[in-house]
Amino acid sequence: MVDTMMEEKATASTKVFSSELSQKVAGLLQSGDVQLAIGYEKGTKRPRPCFISETDDADKLIFDEHCTGNLAVYLTKKELIGDSKVAVTASYFALRSILRLLTENQVKLEKLVVLTVTSEGKLIQFETAEDIAAYIKSTPVPAREDDKVLLEKLNAMTREERWAFWSDELSKCFKCYACRAACPMCYCTKCIVEENRPQWIQPWASTLGNIEWHINRAMHMTGRCSDCGACGSACPLDLPVHLLSKKIVEEVSESFGMDANDTLQGGNALSTYKPEDKETFIK
Amino acid sequence: MSEFEPKIVAFVCNWCTYAGADLTGTSRIKYASNVKIVRFPCTGRIDFMLLLKAFSEGADGIIVSGCHPNDCHYTSGNFHARRRWLIFRSLLNFLGIDVTRIQFTWVSAAEGAKWAEIVNSTVTKVRELGPYTEYRKAADYVASQEKEVFNG
Repeated sequence: MVDTMMEEKATASTKVFSSELSQKVAGLLQSGDVQLAIGYEKGTKRPRPCFISETDDADKLIFDEHCTGNLAVYLTKKELIGDSKVAVTASYFALRSILRLLTENQVKLEKLVVLTVTSEGKLIQFETAEDIAAYIKSTPVPAREDDKVLLEKLNAMTREERWAFWSDELSKCFKCYACRAACPMCYCTKCIVEENRPQWIQPWASTLGNIEWHINRAMHMTGRCSDCGACGSACPLDLPVHLLSKKIVEEVSESFGMDANDTLQGGNALSTYKPEDKETFIK
Repeated sequence: MSEFEPKIVAFVCNWCTYAGADLTGTSRIKYASNVKIVRFPCTGRIDFMLLLKAFSEGADGIIVSGCHPNDCHYTSGNFHARRRWLIFRSLLNFLGIDVTRIQFTWVSAAEGAKWAEIVNSTVTKVRELGPYTEYRKAADYVASQEKEVFNG
């Protein structure tokens, strides 16, 4: 019995993994450092999240520029994580989210192994939050051209045209809340849309209720959003809902000088203030 | 047809603007009666949802007012509110909601005359803009859908 176990262990350790990342994760799982690894595997159209607890499965792991879903969303799911220590392969934006979750005391660094792979294919394991902050500051922000084009188009519109655009787009929303489920910062156990005393937002899908919901979601993301766009890509109707929080990210950085990468200093944009904040719109 | 009378809802703080509006009355300064004042403990308490609710329930214009910076009864409520308004205003504008219908101001307890001026100027502005049916139409969406279904 002991012999076979020894033999199995020996075969596992001699198994050749296809990438440095798989090898690293396999090592972590085998040594018992982590009990679960969250990463990406090959999907039908684009990479999809995968959850690995067996050493051999580590070979499935991939990481490239197409891995855009924000895996930080799983880190606050108690039913998934429990008490275990977790390894996560984080994209650029997921790193931002992890920093945010750390400042909001939603995750503990000692319960995490944060990994990323650079565009040159180099595997990095982060030791401290400062390391993560330094990495995202020195790495160029992955560009999303489609968003830029649409944002410019919207900014060039008149107010009436923008209203026509958004009320039409948001009238299609049927409140599946995929945007909420995909967002790492939406970790509240009771969301405002479930609040019914008072009923702030109509629970059924109607243009007004949808607009109110998306305004609320964007407002609650103020200064916390990592601008990953996961809410927009999660939308089954492809509504550009991520542009709302993107707009706020821009406004926060412009008006309060708080960059999305500056997550370690200062509080939330809306829970701090400066006496000299701009008030040109106030009479 | 009678002339359009704008409905204005004012969300004001208890300590400065509400007292200021009171002073307007005791000073016998006349101002437009289109405004309905809702009193809050502080501008920091004014939830942005209340402004949206006012629009969907029929308001054509909104005034949000409180203590001048550094005068807040709770030290920092108005500073926090100011940041929230700035973000909210920018988001509404991005969505194409008419932010010119929302007037943010600071009116202290001594500024009875300023309060009358703010109300009058807001009423004049909203009167020119006309009723805010655009937003209310979104609120009527369900009712109009049902009508379509039931009337074939």
